[in-house]
Amino acid sequence: MDPKEKYRKLKDIVAIYLPEDVSIDGITPKSHFINELNINSANLVDIVLDVEDAFDIMLENEDMDRMQTVQDALDIIDVKIGAK
Amino acid sequence: MDRRVVITGLGVCAPNGVGLTDFARSLQQGISGIRFQSKLKALRFACQVAGEPLIKDNVLPRYFSPLQLRGLNASGLVYGVIAGMDAWKDAGLPTASSEFPDWDSGILFGTGILGADKFREAIYEIDKGNVRRLGSTAVMQTMASGISAYLGGILGCGNQVTTNSSACSTGTEGVLMAYERIKSGQAERMLSGSCSDSGPYIWGGFDALRILPRNFNEDPGAASRPMSASASGFVPGSGAGAMILESLDSARRRKATIYAEVLGGAVNSGGQRGGGSMTAPNSESVVRCIRQALKNAGVEASAVDTINGHLTATSRDAVEIENWSKALGVSGADFPYVNSFKGIIGHCLAAAGSIECVASILQIRKGQVFGNRNCEDLHPEIRALVDPRKIPLKTILYQPKVLAKASFGFGDVNACVIFGQFND
Repeated sequence: MDPKEKYRKLKDIVAIYLPEDVSIDGITPKSHFINELNINSANLVDIVLDVEDAFDIMLENEDMDRMQTVQDALDIIDVKIGAK
Repeated sequence: MDRRVVITGLGVCAPNGVGLTDFARSLQQGISGIRFQSKLKALRFACQVAGEPLIKDNVLPRYFSPLQLRGLNASGLVYGVIAGMDAWKDAGLPTASSEFPDWDSGILFGTGILGADKFREAIYEIDKGNVRRLGSTAVMQTMASGISAYLGGILGCGNQVTTNSSACSTGTEGVLMAYERIKSGQAERMLSGSCSDSGPYIWGGFDALRILPRNFNEDPGAASRPMSASASGFVPGSGAGAMILESLDSARRRKATIYAEVLGGAVNSGGQRGGGSMTAPNSESVVRCIRQALKNAGVEASAVDTINGHLTATSRDAVEIENWSKALGVSGADFPYVNSFKGIIGHCLAAAGSIECVASILQIRKGQVFGNRNCEDLHPEIRALVDPRKIPLKTILYQPKVLAKASFGFGDVNACVIFGQFND
């Protein structure tokens, strides 16, 4: 998958869970979901499910624990797509 | 410290009207919200009519954020948030700032069971071995206190935020719990209400109990017949009602509109003894509850000029009227005006008490007693106790000064609240 396309897809997913005081432009690959984007930790569960649906992959518990930043998510998606 | 408590805001999400304007018009004109439900027919219910609020999809973004709307599948929660937020706004109260909750405002919002459809969704995923796919809101949408939790977050209330549950007396009981909290000085304002989900998973158990009418699937508007000789069971309903209860001091400080005063009330149980059971009230406990409510409110029985009964449209309605007659010591032409709104909204179960309290308060506000539908053929035992002119079929102009409202629930539990026209 085209990396730009992949990043855009992920950004669209994350945008839904941003609190009102964080704009979509605030998302960068380095952004930490909880500490920087202020996403409620409960909603990380939903982001994982949305990522699974959007990329037709399945994340394991370890993947979820490791998914701290936007880049972490991109890396995990790469590995999962490659493994298919 | 005993303080006066008044009603300063109302909100409603009822089968025959969402919002105060539509709801009041339907009550005044006797417009029914009971409709044929094709999904109940498909599922082979004996009773295929029910009262369900009609919520347009385009109103939801006014009450819920896009995130809250994702995967939202809890109808009672939707009704409760709409009614609760509307009541808050109707009272002219602000939403708390992002940093500081309103420590003096609380929420007491009841329900019977919340998010049955969401729970069903979760059960299917779990049984498929997919527990990880439930998402983050399976808990909040299905916990009973989900409704007070959602409202508490939206409004930013910092006083007690909780949920009560006592079957069909939930809403009326909630008004009294909120009243006590303000009266004793523990809160200045309480959002009091209750909600009930729609759908076959809520109504099915009642169909199985064979206490719903079976012969009106072709004529939904005639199905719910409180006080009628041809009453044949209650029509299930759903929705939510909400009220802002406030100390008179706070209401005056804010120059709030005062709809009515909560004079007092009582709750009790018949202990499922002496003719009472899981599903039927002990008559003595009903009489005691009404008398205790009057005593608590400091009101003579003769001062009650309007009654809004529980009156669900079963053969037990005549027994309820007899209990009112006994408790108040009146009959015939001396009997207060009495009505049941269930003829046009059905029995909204856990939401019934609060929707009917909202309607009762609207009667005081508008100086009207709303008409009873479907009791042209008054039950003979009721006719023997009450002058039929006291059971108006059409809405009449009459200013209720002291209104008694009662609700009774499974488990033999009773609640009676006394509302008064507000006088300085």
